[in-house]
Amino acid sequence: MALTPQDIARVANLARLELRPDETEHTLAQLNGFFALVEQMEAVNTEGVEPLAHPAAVIGDIALRLREDIASEPNQRDASQVSAPAVERGLFLVPKVIE
Amino acid sequence: MSQTQPTVNPFAEMQAGRPTGPLVQGYEVIIGFETHTQLTTQSKIFSRASTAFGAEPNTQASAVDFALPGALPVMNKGAVQRAIEFGLAVNAHIAEQSVFARKNYFYPDLPKGYQISQFEIPVVQGGSVEFFVDGKPHTVRLVRAHLEEDAGKSLHEDFIGMSGIDLNRAGTPLLEIVTEPDMRSSAEAVAYAKELHKIVTWIGICDGNMQEGSFRCDANVSVRKPGAELGTRREIKNLNSFKFMQQAIDYEVRWQIEQIEDGRTVQQATVLFDPDTGETRSMRTKEDAADYRYFPDPDLPPLVIGRDWVEKTRSEMSELPRVMAARFVADYGLPEYDAGQLTQSKATAAYFEAVAAASKQAKLASNWVMGELSRRLNSEERSIETSTVSPAQLAALIVRITDGTISNNAAKQVFDALWTGDGQDVDALIEAKGLKQMSDTGELEKIIDDVLAANAKNVEEVRAGNAKAMNALVGQAMKATKGKANPAQVNELLKKKLG
Amino acid sequence: MSSMKSSPDLHDLGVAQLAAKLAAREVSSVEATQHFLARIAQDKLGAFLATNADVSLAQAKAADARLAAGERTPLLGVPLAHKDVFVTRDFPTTAGSKMLENYRSPFDATVVKNLGLEGAGMVTLGKLNCDEFAMGSGNDNSAYKPVKNPWDLERIPGGSSGGSAAAVAARLAPAATGTDTGGSIRQPASLTGITGIKPTYGCCSRYGMVAFASSLDQAGPMARSALDCALLLSSMAGPDPDRDSTSLDLPVIDYATDLIAVGQDSTRAMPLKGLRIGLPTQFFGAGCSPDVLAAVRGALAEYEKLGATLVDVSLPLTELSIPVYYVIAPAEASSNLSRFDGVRYGHRAANYTDLNDMYKKSRSEGFGDEATRRIMIGTYVLSHGYYDAYYLKAQKIRRLIAQDFQTAFTQCDIIAGPVSPTVAWKIGEKSDDPVANYLADIYTLSSSLAGLPGMSVPAGFGAGGMPVGLQLIGNYFKEAQLLSAAHQFQLATDWHLRQPPSL
Repeated sequence: MALTPQDIARVANLARLELRPDETEHTLAQLNGFFALVEQMEAVNTEGVEPLAHPAAVIGDIALRLREDIASEPNQRDASQVSAPAVERGLFLVPKVIE
Repeated sequence: MSQTQPTVNPFAEMQAGRPTGPLVQGYEVIIGFETHTQLTTQSKIFSRASTAFGAEPNTQASAVDFALPGALPVMNKGAVQRAIEFGLAVNAHIAEQSVFARKNYFYPDLPKGYQISQFEIPVVQGGSVEFFVDGKPHTVRLVRAHLEEDAGKSLHEDFIGMSGIDLNRAGTPLLEIVTEPDMRSSAEAVAYAKELHKIVTWIGICDGNMQEGSFRCDANVSVRKPGAELGTRREIKNLNSFKFMQQAIDYEVRWQIEQIEDGRTVQQATVLFDPDTGETRSMRTKEDAADYRYFPDPDLPPLVIGRDWVEKTRSEMSELPRVMAARFVADYGLPEYDAGQLTQSKATAAYFEAVAAASKQAKLASNWVMGELSRRLNSEERSIETSTVSPAQLAALIVRITDGTISNNAAKQVFDALWTGDGQDVDALIEAKGLKQMSDTGELEKIIDDVLAANAKNVEEVRAGNAKAMNALVGQAMKATKGKANPAQVNELLKKKLG
Repeated sequence: MSSMKSSPDLHDLGVAQLAAKLAAREVSSVEATQHFLARIAQDKLGAFLATNADVSLAQAKAADARLAAGERTPLLGVPLAHKDVFVTRDFPTTAGSKMLENYRSPFDATVVKNLGLEGAGMVTLGKLNCDEFAMGSGNDNSAYKPVKNPWDLERIPGGSSGGSAAAVAARLAPAATGTDTGGSIRQPASLTGITGIKPTYGCCSRYGMVAFASSLDQAGPMARSALDCALLLSSMAGPDPDRDSTSLDLPVIDYATDLIAVGQDSTRAMPLKGLRIGLPTQFFGAGCSPDVLAAVRGALAEYEKLGATLVDVSLPLTELSIPVYYVIAPAEASSNLSRFDGVRYGHRAANYTDLNDMYKKSRSEGFGDEATRRIMIGTYVLSHGYYDAYYLKAQKIRRLIAQDFQTAFTQCDIIAGPVSPTVAWKIGEKSDDPVANYLADIYTLSSSLAGLPGMSVPAGFGAGGMPVGLQLIGNYFKEAQLLSAAHQFQLATDWHLRQPPSL
């Protein structure tokens, strides 16, 4: 199944990426080449097979570790904002969000 | 095409046999709710930063909350504990294994560019909430409740053309509670929301502070002619006041009906309620019909909840409001309505039970708590915990009514004095204000004889069968006793004397 | 033939040897650090992205003070460098991307902490170049500069831990950390003639590793011997329950002591007697170039001399591992890279019209071609309507792949084969064909998908005199067995001691 330029546009928008028109063509060709490879998966019979989301699940039963409900993280605003593009009064500034 | 929550069954099947509600302009109203409740944990769901309200921006955020490169989530046991408690409170199934999934979208208050939530397998499944509307019982079924993280906040004032992002709230644990579209009127929806609010605050998993955003409702509203296909629904987001909730739904219903009547179709949309105009309006769409690309979060193995944890929680939970209400009906002989009112909060129920136990007069206790006491508390916007009249005092007052020492009206005066702190002791106040009812039958008989003598015309009319005339005689007698007589006693004596 | 110097230069010493000299106070950590910093300053390979002499020497001084006080731990005062996907407080972290130019993390990765002064006492020389966000097999996807293979400056060193491999091979550092998602430790190790190991998934903490594909990423050591790798892994590995929910709750293991003991007792004949080495038929087919196969078979013959038995096994889904990996890894990556939005850190475009425009321009300017491509693929395979056919399907085949390995491990203890189908290719040769790059990962992807540990051990040379690595894959938690098998091989051969002619 081949991707169309509309697919590229939709995916780029979802991923908040901007492709120039020439890039779009190039990307389209590369992705179609890639997906020809991916089609091979169809040949494998996976009926009744559970997806393997966590490799550790093959090793044994894994369960999410739970930590005690203790607020131990201190205020670390300054160190965390040292690489921030735009900060004012401790807030990250972004172009106005319109709801 | 949006990736919406999976419904458990086809709508038609589930809704078959459910009663229709009151029609609006001939249309049936169908409402479902999604409620986000902030959980009362100390730390966030995936980070150890504090959840306390009101701190300086971005001072309660760790590397995980800032979504710094290399940060990873670690699950808070307290959030899971609260989810279990909720599930038990609504008779739901607590999943042995549930999965966290990433909901991917871009927004400045969502630092990772995805929200960790639960999609296909939530921690709480099914359940129901029961409540009354105008004295009639209603049940709203829950589809699910799942754990997820809250987003940060955008501040729009003070910045020209910019918004300021505060991530203190990002990562606060939420339990999202989703209903079947079982509600049929705005009144029912509000009643559901109030009952849900009561449950989550009663069991202590949420502080219920709607102004601070602890309890936020989204209402999915659609209309249809009875028996017709389900209409397109619109979602009213972020309803955080019961008053506005009803207003918003009513407006939305009228708006949708108007659209249809004018020959237009209702488009699926997310809307916000504007309390100033009383209208709902469509939000600017965030992205093409939200393709969230849910997939299981590889950073979090499945959440496993053993049955012994569930049973331990069940055994440690205090009596739930519904159960307590049923007990009040059975043990105290109270009407269901009273039982419902008295179990609005643990504190109210405890207060009532203390008064009932001390006075041995459950119905009177109920009347006073729901009546005078409630009125006072509401007018001063206080909670029952801060009542200046203690259960012991109220019980003492009730005892004096039942033993005939004072009338109901006199009791109100005593209550007043107790409330304002004019006095502490019921008997002392009765003395001081001279409120003792006349109990000497001899004296009373004499007064009644005088009244009868002075009101011969009324006596005639009573004998002729005029009930109003009787009331007038009673009134005269009460006046003559300066209100100190027991009206029931007066009535009885009059009847005796009139034959 | 290895160079015959009467007293080896500091940079010719392996980690174990250098540690011994430091412990014997024959050389100080400051001297060793200065020595390597001087070499790094001359680096023409593009291996390093950041150094800071003041920071490194301050660490070395502190290590010297501890040595003077009598502290003796296996790695105290030994210098190393970190792949630039490990966040560090004292050096910028770029992950090889313009998106993170000058980014300064307020915290250290757990692996960095474990190896640094708060842990094993090693000294950080700097941050190593890598493919952008660890995506690539040639270190030609770094946004800053390509890395050159010290064996042939016109060839790639492999990727994504290309800087790490080149630095170790060129003796710019005695050891380095790398990360392996689909082969990114093993392949560059193979292409540069050094030793590297990717442990079992969950063995090392991922806290502080800039995430590429969360269910595949693993940290691992890269050095010039299995023994050195064992020394590093002992400190790198360990549960991190407070920070990484996928970090496994296993006891901390000392991988090195047994190896050292064996080394001292090398009189045992047939030390690997009883070891069954499985050779997947799919790894030895037409897809692998003859020069690589020859070197690998030569190494396997050596293993037989050491007493091992070779058996044929089958991993029938080997070819399928390519589409499976290249659906799952980009899917996870597309989500992991969403945080790079120009809001809280990283590159923000200078000009934009509104919020969405800011996102698009910042991300498009900050990400390189390969990262962009993988985000596109990942977003697509997760999107509505495609999730079942692509992502879910791939995760199902992934389970089958893991099961195939378990079947194979009933017939053998270790699986062996080539790491890469060819020796290192020329810089630029595969830039225009990303799929060609993906196909070259065929031998390493399946073990990554299964979460199994894998090593690359120098095994000889192929076309153009370029190094060839032998891959060893073990069952879960069998790092010690792999390291031991590699160590025995290295006691009997000297491939791992060869130096690039340019040195």
